[in-house]
Amino acid sequence: MQILSITDLTGYLADLLESDPILSDVWVEGEVSNWSRAASGHCYWTLRQGDAQLQAVCWRQQALKQPRLPANGEQVLVHGHVSFWQGSGKLQLYVDLIRPAGIGILHAQVEALKQRLEAEGLFDPGRKRAIPSLPRRIGVVTSPTGAALRDILTVLRQRWPLCEVVLAAAQVQGEAAPESLVEALYNLYGVELDLIIVARGGGSIEDLWAFNDEVVARAIFASPVPVITGVGHETDTTVVDYVADLRAATPSVAAALATPNIAELRNELQLSTERLREAVELQLSEGRDDLVQAMRQLQHLAPQSRLDRDRQTVQQLRDRIQRGLTTHIAFQKLNLRGTRQQLEMLNPRATLARGYAVVRRADGSVVLSPESVADGDELLLELRDGVLGARVDHGIGPIG
Amino acid sequence: MPRKTATAGDATPSYEALMQRLQHVVERLETGELPLAEALALYEEGVALSTRCQQLLDAAELRIQQLSVGVDGLTMTPWADE
Repeated sequence: MQILSITDLTGYLADLLESDPILSDVWVEGEVSNWSRAASGHCYWTLRQGDAQLQAVCWRQQALKQPRLPANGEQVLVHGHVSFWQGSGKLQLYVDLIRPAGIGILHAQVEALKQRLEAEGLFDPGRKRAIPSLPRRIGVVTSPTGAALRDILTVLRQRWPLCEVVLAAAQVQGEAAPESLVEALYNLYGVELDLIIVARGGGSIEDLWAFNDEVVARAIFASPVPVITGVGHETDTTVVDYVADLRAATPSVAAALATPNIAELRNELQLSTERLREAVELQLSEGRDDLVQAMRQLQHLAPQSRLDRDRQTVQQLRDRIQRGLTTHIAFQKLNLRGTRQQLEMLNPRATLARGYAVVRRADGSVVLSPESVADGDELLLELRDGVLGARVDHGIGPIG
Repeated sequence: MPRKTATAGDATPSYEALMQRLQHVVERLETGELPLAEALALYEEGVALSTRCQQLLDAAELRIQQLSVGVDGLTMTPWADE
Protein backbone atom coordinates (compact mmCIF):
# COMPACT_ATOMS: atom_id res chain seq x y z
CA MET A 1 0.00 0.00 0.00
CA GLN A 2 1.31 3.39 -0.99
CA ILE A 3 0.99 6.41 1.24
CA LEU A 4 -0.16 9.45 -0.72
CA SER A 5 0.43 13.07 0.12
CA ILE A 6 -2.61 15.33 0.36
CA THR A 7 -1.39 17.21 -2.67
CA ASP A 8 -1.12 13.97 -4.63
CA LEU A 9 -4.57 12.84 -3.61
CA THR A 10 -6.37 16.12 -4.22
CA GLY A 11 -4.51 16.49 -7.51
CA TYR A 12 -5.58 12.99 -8.47
CA LEU A 13 -9.17 13.79 -7.59
CA ALA A 14 -9.09 16.96 -9.65
CA ASP A 15 -7.60 15.08 -12.62
CA LEU A 16 -10.18 12.35 -12.30
CA LEU A 17 -13.09 14.75 -12.22
CA GLU A 18 -11.82 16.91 -15.06
CA SER A 19 -11.19 13.99 -17.36
CA ASP A 20 -14.70 12.63 -16.96
CA PRO A 21 -16.70 13.35 -20.13
CA ILE A 22 -19.94 13.91 -18.25
CA LEU A 23 -18.54 16.03 -15.45
CA SER A 24 -16.57 18.24 -17.77
CA ASP A 25 -19.69 19.39 -19.65
CA VAL A 26 -22.77 19.43 -17.42
CA TRP A 27 -26.05 21.27 -17.29
CA VAL A 28 -27.54 21.52 -13.79
CA GLU A 29 -30.73 23.08 -12.56
CA GLY A 30 -31.16 24.24 -8.95
CA GLU A 31 -31.98 27.01 -6.51
CA VAL A 32 -29.47 29.71 -5.71
CA SER A 33 -28.52 30.30 -2.05
CA ASN A 34 -25.64 31.98 -0.23
CA TRP A 35 -25.04 34.12 -3.30
CA SER A 36 -22.01 36.35 -2.95
CA ARG A 37 -20.01 38.38 -5.36
CA ALA A 38 -16.49 39.07 -4.17
CA ALA A 39 -14.64 42.34 -4.70
CA SER A 40 -12.55 40.49 -7.26
CA GLY A 41 -15.70 40.00 -9.36
CA HIS A 42 -15.82 36.23 -8.84
CA CYS A 43 -19.20 34.82 -7.76
CA TYR A 44 -19.71 32.04 -5.19
CA TRP A 45 -22.97 30.35 -4.23
CA THR A 46 -24.62 27.10 -3.29
CA LEU A 47 -26.87 25.31 -5.71
CA ARG A 48 -29.61 23.36 -3.93
CA GLN A 49 -32.34 20.92 -4.65
CA GLY A 50 -34.13 19.87 -1.48
CA ASP A 51 -31.43 18.65 0.90
CA ALA A 52 -28.83 18.14 -1.80
CA GLN A 53 -26.37 20.93 -2.43
CA LEU A 54 -23.35 21.72 -4.51
CA GLN A 55 -20.80 24.53 -4.28
CA ALA A 56 -20.69 26.68 -7.40
CA VAL A 57 -18.25 29.31 -8.56
CA CYS A 58 -18.28 31.60 -11.56
CA TRP A 59 -15.08 33.48 -12.33
CA ARG A 60 -15.16 37.16 -13.07
CA GLN A 61 -14.49 36.71 -16.80
CA GLN A 62 -17.51 34.42 -17.19
CA ALA A 63 -19.67 36.41 -14.79
CA LEU A 64 -19.23 39.51 -16.96
CA LYS A 65 -20.57 37.65 -20.00
CA GLN A 66 -23.87 36.71 -18.34
CA PRO A 67 -26.82 38.84 -19.40
CA ARG A 68 -27.97 38.88 -15.77
CA LEU A 69 -26.79 37.41 -12.48
CA PRO A 70 -29.24 35.56 -10.18
CA ALA A 71 -30.26 36.33 -6.64
CA ASN A 72 -30.89 34.02 -3.69
CA GLY A 73 -33.98 31.85 -4.08
CA GLU A 74 -34.00 31.90 -7.89
CA GLN A 75 -34.12 28.72 -9.92
CA VAL A 76 -31.30 28.68 -12.45
CA LEU A 77 -29.95 26.47 -15.18
CA VAL A 78 -26.16 26.53 -15.25
CA HIS A 79 -23.50 25.01 -17.43
CA GLY A 80 -19.98 24.19 -16.42
CA HIS A 81 -17.59 21.49 -15.25
CA VAL A 82 -17.01 19.78 -11.93
CA SER A 83 -13.61 19.83 -10.29
CA PHE A 84 -11.93 19.55 -6.94
CA TRP A 85 -10.38 22.59 -5.37
CA GLN A 86 -7.43 21.65 -3.23
CA GLY A 87 -7.43 24.96 -1.37
CA SER A 88 -10.72 24.31 0.34
CA GLY A 89 -10.89 20.53 0.01
CA LYS A 90 -14.22 20.86 -1.70
CA LEU A 91 -15.78 19.63 -4.85
CA GLN A 92 -17.11 22.55 -6.89
CA LEU A 93 -19.07 23.31 -10.01
CA TYR A 94 -17.18 25.78 -12.17
CA VAL A 95 -19.94 27.66 -13.97
CA ASP A 96 -19.60 29.42 -17.33
CA LEU A 97 -23.28 30.01 -18.09
CA ILE A 98 -26.18 31.04 -15.90
CA ARG A 99 -29.76 31.25 -17.19
CA PRO A 100 -33.19 31.32 -15.58
CA ALA A 101 -34.34 27.72 -15.13
CA GLY A 102 -37.50 28.10 -17.20
CA ILE A 103 -35.86 28.56 -20.61
CA GLY A 104 -34.81 25.00 -21.10
CA ILE A 105 -31.50 23.44 -21.87
CA LEU A 106 -31.71 23.73 -25.67
CA HIS A 107 -32.30 27.41 -25.49
CA ALA A 108 -29.52 27.89 -23.01
CA GLN A 109 -27.13 25.91 -25.20
CA VAL A 110 -28.02 28.09 -28.18
CA GLU A 111 -27.41 31.16 -26.06
CA ALA A 112 -24.04 29.84 -25.02
CA LEU A 113 -23.08 29.02 -28.61
CA LYS A 114 -24.16 32.43 -29.84
CA GLN A 115 -22.10 34.06 -27.14
CA ARG A 116 -19.04 32.08 -28.10
CA LEU A 117 -19.37 32.57 -31.86
CA GLU A 118 -20.05 36.24 -31.45
CA ALA A 119 -16.95 36.61 -29.31
CA GLU A 120 -15.00 34.92 -32.09
CA GLY A 121 -16.32 37.45 -34.63
CA LEU A 122 -18.53 35.11 -36.66
CA PHE A 123 -21.44 37.56 -36.47
CA ASP A 124 -19.35 40.62 -37.27
CA PRO A 125 -21.52 42.99 -39.37
CA GLY A 126 -18.33 44.15 -41.08
CA ARG A 127 -17.85 40.81 -42.82
CA LYS A 128 -21.38 40.57 -44.25
CA ARG A 129 -21.12 40.55 -48.01
CA ALA A 130 -23.45 42.25 -50.46
CA ILE A 131 -25.86 40.01 -52.35
CA PRO A 132 -25.13 40.10 -56.11
CA SER A 133 -27.91 41.88 -57.99
CA LEU A 134 -28.17 39.53 -60.98
CA PRO A 135 -27.05 36.09 -59.79
CA ARG A 136 -26.44 33.55 -62.54
CA ARG A 137 -26.11 30.53 -60.33
CA ILE A 138 -27.71 30.04 -56.98
CA GLY A 139 -26.85 27.13 -54.69
CA VAL A 140 -29.68 25.85 -52.53
CA VAL A 141 -29.15 23.71 -49.46
CA THR A 142 -32.39 22.16 -48.27
CA SER A 143 -34.43 19.01 -48.27
CA PRO A 144 -35.30 17.92 -51.83
CA THR A 145 -38.78 16.97 -50.67
CA GLY A 146 -39.60 19.89 -48.41
CA ALA A 147 -42.02 22.77 -48.90
CA ALA A 148 -39.05 25.13 -48.57
CA LEU A 149 -37.59 24.01 -51.92
CA ARG A 150 -40.98 24.29 -53.64
CA ASP A 151 -41.43 27.81 -52.29
CA ILE A 152 -37.96 28.85 -53.37
CA LEU A 153 -38.36 27.47 -56.89
CA THR A 154 -41.75 29.17 -57.28
CA VAL A 155 -40.29 32.54 -56.33
CA LEU A 156 -37.25 32.08 -58.55
CA ARG A 157 -39.42 31.15 -61.53
CA GLN A 158 -41.50 34.29 -61.04
CA ARG A 159 -38.73 36.73 -60.33
CA TRP A 160 -35.58 35.54 -62.00
CA PRO A 161 -35.91 32.52 -64.28
CA LEU A 162 -32.61 33.43 -65.95
CA CYS A 163 -30.63 31.88 -63.15
CA GLU A 164 -29.60 28.32 -62.66
CA VAL A 165 -30.28 26.52 -59.40
CA VAL A 166 -27.79 24.04 -58.04
CA LEU A 167 -29.54 21.95 -55.46
CA ALA A 168 -27.45 20.33 -52.77
CA ALA A 169 -29.88 18.07 -51.00
CA ALA A 170 -29.53 17.75 -47.25
CA GLN A 171 -31.37 16.35 -44.30
CA VAL A 172 -32.75 19.28 -42.39
CA GLN A 173 -33.83 17.53 -39.22
CA GLY A 174 -32.82 14.60 -37.10
CA GLU A 175 -29.52 13.33 -35.73
CA ALA A 176 -27.76 13.27 -39.09
CA ALA A 177 -28.93 16.71 -40.18
CA PRO A 178 -25.89 18.78 -39.08
CA GLU A 179 -23.43 16.51 -40.85
CA SER A 180 -25.65 16.33 -43.93
CA LEU A 181 -25.96 20.14 -44.04
CA VAL A 182 -22.21 20.58 -43.67
CA GLU A 183 -21.52 18.12 -46.46
CA ALA A 184 -24.03 19.79 -48.78
CA LEU A 185 -22.48 23.19 -48.07
CA TYR A 186 -18.93 22.01 -48.73
CA ASN A 187 -20.05 20.28 -51.92
CA LEU A 188 -21.47 23.58 -53.11
CA TYR A 189 -18.21 25.34 -52.27
CA GLY A 190 -16.68 23.25 -55.07
CA VAL A 191 -19.07 24.74 -57.63
CA GLU A 192 -18.90 28.18 -59.18
CA LEU A 193 -21.84 30.07 -57.68
CA ASP A 194 -22.94 33.62 -57.04
CA LEU A 195 -24.69 32.90 -53.76
CA ILE A 196 -26.14 30.17 -51.57
CA ILE A 197 -29.55 29.87 -49.94
CA VAL A 198 -29.80 27.67 -46.85
CA ALA A 199 -33.43 26.94 -46.12
CA ARG A 200 -35.88 24.94 -44.12
CA GLY A 201 -39.60 25.29 -43.55
CA GLY A 202 -41.13 26.01 -40.18
CA GLY A 203 -41.03 23.62 -37.25
CA SER A 204 -40.50 23.36 -33.52
CA ILE A 205 -37.25 24.53 -31.97
CA GLU A 206 -36.17 20.88 -31.87
CA ASP A 207 -36.93 20.54 -35.59
CA LEU A 208 -34.73 23.52 -36.35
CA TRP A 209 -32.01 22.17 -34.11
CA ALA A 210 -29.49 21.45 -36.85
CA PHE A 211 -29.46 25.18 -37.69
CA ASN A 212 -28.25 25.92 -34.19
CA ASP A 213 -25.37 23.51 -34.57
CA GLU A 214 -21.93 24.93 -34.13
CA VAL A 215 -20.39 22.90 -36.95
CA VAL A 216 -23.13 24.01 -39.36
CA ALA A 217 -22.64 27.61 -38.30
CA ARG A 218 -18.90 27.37 -38.90
CA ALA A 219 -19.48 25.72 -42.29
CA ILE A 220 -21.66 28.66 -43.31
CA PHE A 221 -19.06 31.07 -42.05
CA ALA A 222 -16.57 29.37 -44.38
CA SER A 223 -18.66 30.00 -47.50
CA PRO A 224 -16.73 31.62 -50.37
CA VAL A 225 -19.93 33.30 -51.63
CA PRO A 226 -22.68 35.22 -49.81
CA VAL A 227 -25.17 33.05 -47.91
CA ILE A 228 -28.83 33.86 -47.30
CA THR A 229 -30.62 31.84 -44.65
CA GLY A 230 -34.36 31.27 -44.62
CA VAL A 231 -35.06 28.95 -41.75
CA GLY A 232 -38.45 28.40 -40.13
CA HIS A 233 -41.03 31.13 -39.71
CA GLU A 234 -40.63 34.86 -39.22
CA THR A 235 -40.26 34.47 -35.46
CA ASP A 236 -37.56 31.80 -35.53
CA THR A 237 -33.99 32.93 -35.33
CA THR A 238 -31.30 30.31 -35.39
CA VAL A 239 -27.55 30.56 -34.96
CA VAL A 240 -26.95 30.20 -38.71
CA ASP A 241 -29.06 33.33 -39.26
CA TYR A 242 -26.47 35.31 -37.34
CA VAL A 243 -23.58 33.88 -39.31
CA ALA A 244 -25.22 34.29 -42.72
CA ASP A 245 -24.56 37.37 -44.85
CA LEU A 246 -28.30 37.97 -44.94
CA ARG A 247 -31.10 36.54 -42.85
CA ALA A 248 -34.49 36.03 -44.46
CA ALA A 249 -37.63 35.35 -42.46
CA THR A 250 -38.70 32.39 -44.59
CA PRO A 251 -37.43 30.34 -47.57
CA SER A 252 -39.63 32.34 -49.98
CA VAL A 253 -38.26 35.60 -48.68
CA ALA A 254 -34.73 34.23 -49.03
CA ALA A 255 -35.39 33.51 -52.71
CA ALA A 256 -36.86 37.00 -53.19
CA LEU A 257 -33.89 38.66 -51.48
CA ALA A 258 -31.52 36.66 -53.68
CA THR A 259 -32.99 37.85 -56.97
CA PRO A 260 -34.07 40.88 -58.95
CA ASN A 261 -37.66 41.15 -60.09
CA ILE A 262 -38.01 40.34 -63.79
CA ALA A 263 -40.85 42.88 -64.12
CA GLU A 264 -38.53 45.63 -62.90
CA LEU A 265 -35.85 44.43 -65.28
CA ARG A 266 -38.30 44.68 -68.17
CA ASN A 267 -39.04 48.26 -67.18
CA GLU A 268 -35.39 49.05 -66.88
CA LEU A 269 -34.75 47.53 -70.29
CA GLN A 270 -37.55 49.53 -71.87
CA LEU A 271 -36.23 52.68 -70.28
CA SER A 272 -32.75 52.02 -71.64
CA THR A 273 -34.13 51.40 -75.11
CA GLU A 274 -36.06 54.67 -74.99
CA ARG A 275 -33.03 56.59 -73.84
CA LEU A 276 -31.08 55.01 -76.67
CA ARG A 277 -33.62 56.12 -79.26
CA GLU A 278 -33.96 59.60 -77.79
CA ALA A 279 -30.21 60.10 -77.73
CA VAL A 280 -29.76 59.10 -81.34
CA GLU A 281 -32.81 61.09 -82.48
CA LEU A 282 -31.49 64.15 -80.72
CA GLN A 283 -28.17 63.76 -82.44
CA LEU A 284 -29.85 63.23 -85.81
CA SER A 285 -32.08 66.28 -85.43
CA GLU A 286 -29.09 68.36 -84.38
CA GLY A 287 -27.28 67.06 -87.42
CA ARG A 288 -30.22 68.03 -89.61
CA ASP A 289 -30.27 71.54 -88.16
CA ASP A 290 -26.56 71.88 -88.76
CA LEU A 291 -27.03 70.73 -92.32
CA VAL A 292 -29.77 73.27 -93.03
CA GLN A 293 -27.56 75.97 -91.57
CA ALA A 294 -24.62 74.89 -93.70
CA MET A 295 -26.75 74.84 -96.84
CA ARG A 296 -27.87 78.38 -96.15
CA GLN A 297 -24.30 79.50 -95.74
CA LEU A 298 -23.28 77.70 -98.87
CA GLN A 299 -26.03 79.35 -100.84
CA HIS A 300 -24.93 82.68 -99.52
CA LEU A 301 -21.41 82.06 -100.69
CA ALA A 302 -22.32 80.75 -104.18
CA PRO A 303 -20.83 82.80 -107.18
CA GLN A 304 -24.24 83.42 -108.75
CA SER A 305 -25.67 84.97 -105.64
CA ARG A 306 -22.48 86.96 -105.21
CA LEU A 307 -22.95 88.38 -108.73
CA ASP A 308 -26.59 89.10 -108.00
CA ARG A 309 -25.62 90.90 -104.87
CA ASP A 310 -22.91 92.94 -106.63
CA ARG A 311 -25.31 93.85 -109.39
CA GLN A 312 -27.76 95.02 -106.83
CA THR A 313 -25.11 97.11 -105.17
CA VAL A 314 -24.17 98.75 -108.45
CA GLN A 315 -27.82 99.51 -109.16
CA GLN A 316 -28.22 101.02 -105.76
CA LEU A 317 -25.20 103.23 -106.28
CA ARG A 318 -26.48 104.32 -109.65
CA ASP A 319 -29.83 105.15 -108.18
CA ARG A 320 -28.18 107.20 -105.53
CA ILE A 321 -26.11 109.07 -108.04
CA GLN A 322 -29.16 109.66 -110.18
CA ARG A 323 -31.12 110.93 -107.26
CA GLY A 324 -28.26 113.17 -106.22
CA LEU A 325 -27.93 114.63 -109.68
CA THR A 326 -31.63 115.36 -110.10
CA THR A 327 -31.74 117.09 -106.78
CA HIS A 328 -28.71 119.13 -107.68
CA ILE A 329 -30.19 120.30 -110.98
CA ALA A 330 -33.50 121.18 -109.41
CA PHE A 331 -31.71 123.20 -106.81
CA GLN A 332 -29.66 125.01 -109.37
CA LYS A 333 -32.82 125.82 -111.35
CA LEU A 334 -34.44 127.27 -108.32
CA ASN A 335 -31.37 129.26 -107.56
CA LEU A 336 -31.24 130.63 -111.08
CA ARG A 337 -34.83 131.69 -111.02
CA GLY A 338 -34.29 133.62 -107.80
CA THR A 339 -31.25 135.37 -109.20
CA ARG A 340 -33.15 136.29 -112.32
CA GLN A 341 -35.97 137.78 -110.33
CA GLN A 342 -33.49 139.79 -108.33
CA LEU A 343 -31.90 140.98 -111.55
CA GLU A 344 -35.28 141.85 -112.96
CA MET A 345 -36.05 143.97 -110.00
CA LEU A 346 -32.82 145.93 -110.51
CA ASN A 347 -33.53 146.58 -114.22
CA PRO A 348 -34.28 150.34 -114.56
CA ARG A 349 -36.48 149.64 -117.48
CA ALA A 350 -38.84 147.88 -115.18
CA THR A 351 -39.28 151.27 -113.50
CA LEU A 352 -40.11 152.86 -116.85
CA ALA A 353 -42.88 150.29 -117.25
CA ARG A 354 -44.58 151.72 -114.22
CA GLY A 355 -44.66 155.25 -115.89
CA TYR A 356 -41.36 156.69 -114.77
CA ALA A 357 -38.92 158.39 -117.20
CA VAL A 358 -35.18 158.79 -117.30
CA VAL A 359 -34.18 162.35 -118.26
CA ARG A 360 -30.92 162.73 -120.12
CA ARG A 361 -29.02 165.56 -121.72
CA ALA A 362 -28.17 165.37 -125.33
CA ASP A 363 -24.81 163.82 -124.39
CA GLY A 364 -26.72 161.04 -122.62
CA SER A 365 -25.90 162.06 -119.01
CA VAL A 366 -28.76 161.69 -116.59
CA VAL A 367 -30.39 164.87 -115.21
CA LEU A 368 -30.91 164.52 -111.49
CA SER A 369 -31.64 168.09 -110.44
CA PRO A 370 -33.57 171.02 -112.12
CA GLU A 371 -30.71 173.40 -111.48
CA SER A 372 -28.31 171.40 -113.58
CA VAL A 373 -30.13 172.47 -116.79
CA ALA A 374 -30.98 175.87 -118.27
CA ASP A 375 -34.11 177.00 -120.08
CA GLY A 376 -34.03 175.96 -123.65
CA ASP A 377 -31.68 172.98 -123.17
CA GLU A 378 -32.73 170.00 -125.19
CA LEU A 379 -33.45 166.89 -123.14
CA LEU A 380 -34.26 163.32 -124.02
CA LEU A 381 -37.04 161.56 -122.02
CA GLU A 382 -36.64 157.84 -122.04
CA LEU A 383 -40.09 156.25 -121.63
CA ARG A 384 -41.28 152.62 -121.61
CA ASP A 385 -42.03 152.56 -125.28
CA GLY A 386 -39.39 154.97 -126.69
CA VAL A 387 -37.48 158.22 -126.47
CA LEU A 388 -39.16 161.67 -126.50
CA GLY A 389 -37.36 164.95 -127.14
CA ALA A 390 -38.16 167.99 -124.84
CA ARG A 391 -36.98 171.60 -124.03
CA VAL A 392 -36.38 172.96 -120.54
CA ASP A 393 -38.75 175.78 -119.33
CA HIS A 394 -38.24 176.62 -115.65
CA GLY A 395 -41.35 178.80 -115.98
CA ILE A 396 -43.67 175.91 -115.87
CA GLY A 397 -44.32 175.33 -112.24
CA PRO A 398 -44.59 172.05 -110.55
CA ILE A 399 -47.89 170.33 -110.94
CA GLY A 400 -50.32 171.09 -108.26
CA MET B 1 -12.27 12.78 -51.91
CA PRO B 2 -11.55 14.10 -55.38
CA ARG B 3 -13.16 17.47 -55.90
CA LYS B 4 -13.85 18.73 -59.36
CA THR B 5 -14.77 22.32 -59.86
CA ALA B 6 -17.85 22.61 -61.97
CA THR B 7 -18.02 25.76 -64.04
CA ALA B 8 -20.79 27.59 -65.76
CA GLY B 9 -20.61 26.13 -69.24
CA ASP B 10 -22.43 28.77 -71.28
CA ALA B 11 -20.35 30.84 -73.64
CA THR B 12 -23.11 33.32 -74.43
CA PRO B 13 -22.87 36.57 -72.48
CA SER B 14 -25.00 36.81 -69.38
CA TYR B 15 -27.96 39.13 -69.05
CA GLU B 16 -25.88 41.16 -66.65
CA ALA B 17 -23.07 41.58 -69.17
CA LEU B 18 -25.51 42.52 -71.94
CA MET B 19 -27.28 45.00 -69.71
CA GLN B 20 -24.01 46.54 -68.59
CA ARG B 21 -22.94 46.99 -72.20
CA LEU B 22 -26.36 48.44 -73.08
CA GLN B 23 -26.12 50.97 -70.27
CA HIS B 24 -22.64 51.92 -71.38
CA VAL B 25 -23.90 52.40 -74.95
CA VAL B 26 -26.80 54.57 -73.74
CA GLU B 27 -24.51 56.73 -71.64
CA ARG B 28 -22.03 57.22 -74.48
CA LEU B 29 -24.81 58.16 -76.87
CA GLU B 30 -26.25 60.59 -74.38
CA THR B 31 -23.03 62.56 -74.14
CA GLY B 32 -23.80 63.44 -77.78
CA GLU B 33 -20.19 64.07 -78.64
CA LEU B 34 -19.66 61.24 -81.06
CA PRO B 35 -19.25 61.44 -84.83
CA LEU B 36 -22.57 60.58 -86.44
CA ALA B 37 -21.37 57.36 -88.03
CA GLU B 38 -20.12 56.15 -84.65
CA ALA B 39 -23.34 57.21 -82.95
CA LEU B 40 -25.41 55.30 -85.48
CA ALA B 41 -23.24 52.22 -85.10
CA LEU B 42 -23.64 52.45 -81.32
CA TYR B 43 -27.35 52.87 -81.69
CA GLU B 44 -27.59 49.73 -83.78
CA GLU B 45 -25.53 47.87 -81.23
CA GLY B 46 -27.77 49.17 -78.46
CA VAL B 47 -30.92 48.05 -80.23
CA ALA B 48 -29.41 44.61 -80.80
CA LEU B 49 -28.41 44.39 -77.12
CA SER B 50 -31.84 45.42 -75.98
CA THR B 51 -33.47 42.85 -78.27
CA ARG B 52 -31.14 40.18 -76.94
CA CYS B 53 -31.97 41.14 -73.33
CA GLN B 54 -35.66 41.06 -74.14
CA GLN B 55 -35.29 37.60 -75.67
CA LEU B 56 -33.43 36.37 -72.61
CA LEU B 57 -36.16 37.64 -70.31
CA ASP B 58 -38.92 36.20 -72.48
CA ALA B 59 -37.38 32.82 -73.06
CA ALA B 60 -35.95 32.23 -69.62
CA GLU B 61 -36.90 29.03 -67.91
CA LEU B 62 -35.42 28.18 -64.55
CA ARG B 63 -32.81 25.44 -64.84
CA ILE B 64 -32.34 23.20 -61.86
CA GLN B 65 -29.39 20.89 -61.34
CA GLN B 66 -28.90 18.51 -58.51
CA LEU B 67 -25.42 18.29 -57.09
CA SER B 68 -24.23 14.92 -55.92
CA VAL B 69 -20.95 13.31 -55.01
CA GLY B 70 -19.97 10.19 -56.91
CA VAL B 71 -16.75 8.33 -57.57
CA ASP B 72 -15.78 11.02 -60.09
CA GLY B 73 -16.28 13.77 -57.56
CA LEU B 74 -19.04 16.31 -57.90
CA THR B 75 -21.57 15.75 -60.60
CA MET B 76 -24.60 17.76 -61.62
CA THR B 77 -27.67 16.21 -63.10
CA PRO B 78 -30.83 18.00 -64.25
CA TRP B 79 -33.38 17.83 -61.51
CA ALA B 80 -36.98 17.11 -62.31
CA ASP B 81 -39.44 18.95 -60.19
CA GLU B 82 -41.95 16.66 -58.42
